Amino acid sequence: MYPAAFEYVAVGSFAEASEQLARAAGEGKLLSGGCSLIPLMKLRLAEPRLLIDLNRVPGAAGIIAQAGEIRIGALAREADVEASALLAASWPILVDTSAVIADPLVRNMGTIGGNIAHADPANDHPATMLALGARFVLSGAAGTREVAAADFFQDLFGTALGEDEVLTEIRIAAPGPGTGSAYVKYERQVGDFAVAAVAAVVVVADSRIRSARLALTNAGPVPLRAEAAEAALVGVRVDDGAALDEAAALAGDGIQPWADLRGGSAYKVDLARGLAGRAVQCAVQRALAYGAVAGAAPGGRR
Amino acid sequence: MTATPAMTATPAREHRITVTVNGQAHEAVVESRLLLVHLLREQLGLTGTHVGCDTTSCGACTVTVDARPIKSCTMFAVQADGREITTIEGLADPDGTLHPLQQAFWDEHGLQCGYCTPGMVMAALPLLDLDEPPTDAQIRTQISGNLCRCTGYANIVRAIASATQRAHAERAPDG
Repeated sequence: MYPAAFEYVAVGSFAEASEQLARAAGEGKLLSGGCSLIPLMKLRLAEPRLLIDLNRVPGAAGIIAQAGEIRIGALAREADVEASALLAASWPILVDTSAVIADPLVRNMGTIGGNIAHADPANDHPATMLALGARFVLSGAAGTREVAAADFFQDLFGTALGEDEVLTEIRIAAPGPGTGSAYVKYERQVGDFAVAAVAAVVVVADSRIRSARLALTNAGPVPLRAEAAEAALVGVRVDDGAALDEAAALAGDGIQPWADLRGGSAYKVDLARGLAGRAVQCAVQRALAYGAVAGAAPGGRR
Repeated sequence: MTATPAMTATPAREHRITVTVNGQAHEAVVESRLLLVHLLREQLGLTGTHVGCDTTSCGACTVTVDARPIKSCTMFAVQADGREITTIEGLADPDGTLHPLQQAFWDEHGLQCGYCTPGMVMAALPLLDLDEPPTDAQIRTQISGNLCRCTGYANIVRAIASATQRAHAERAPDG
């Protein structure tokens, strides 16, 4: 399968990418890992006139702790997120998420920024970003701005990105004491999109959940927060597994996932309920482990 | 991948690129839309890299780019400008001595029709460099983007386990 003919340019900076986007006037597409875009082009579902390759932008793939935040360059490969010791120790939910995207070969190409900016509701990072309260750095001709994940995902494949804007970095507050996080996905076969998946971030204090943020993949046109479950989890004892499961199961309330080859709507709702419990319990275990080492860990939230 | 300066300053439909394939530098003129797998097979004549599904699912087209295995049906040839590529043809010694992974596939009967084999071998390469020999679960994860319709995978896993254990034993200081 061959894509329709197009012009290609490899840019050396995000500013240059933004200029090329503006010049292409809506007919340009950014290329990062290409894992979604290139198949779409081969099927001729996408026929951009200009492809702007970001892969040679220097310094765009870092994963660092800075200014009380974890900062991840948009061009960081899923394989590097998966292998990051910094993320395993701070936000293991990101390691969970990257590790269940497609397969190891695809993860050597795929980027975290591409997974987010493509805004496929079946992609895994969007729900994780929502649960983390991540902020995205968008850069365009008018300058640079930060947009919260909650404001970024606007509709099916629709984002807050302006026509000449590029997602350059993901910023997440460093976790405070007693924080735990996990992403749990159910897929029909290795590498498939989620039938359902749940991202959970909890803060534990005095053996109870002090706060929780849950978000769902593939449960609607955009990633969804599970606010009823979040509210119900507050105050639940962390050693009461049945109560954690019961509160987390409210994640299935009010969602209407579409029926498709991966399953019917009611089945997906049931899955979301069950996976929410597993994600919360895993996050709680990690929060308790965090507590055990918190005294030794430097830094924390500013 | 290491960042290098932009090779193409202005948008174009055709590009003159230089790629190093199996240690040998090649210059080529490529259309933007030419996929890496077609550059390898049709312009460079390296037909050991196969096209199976053409949809990033089967892994028959796996090659390494700067030592990382990727699916060459989902990368444009122009993206490979300045990169180091290894295909299945680059593994055996010039005298025909098979690479340890290839030999292990032979010894353990890790192939039947052979169509997926180049991709399986290329995907497994990074496992040779681990500090410890990989577990069967690690092997199965590493080849989870490669489909085989003949073997049922058992002998493929056995072959990779055998090669990685041998590589580890040969590296061990007292081994």
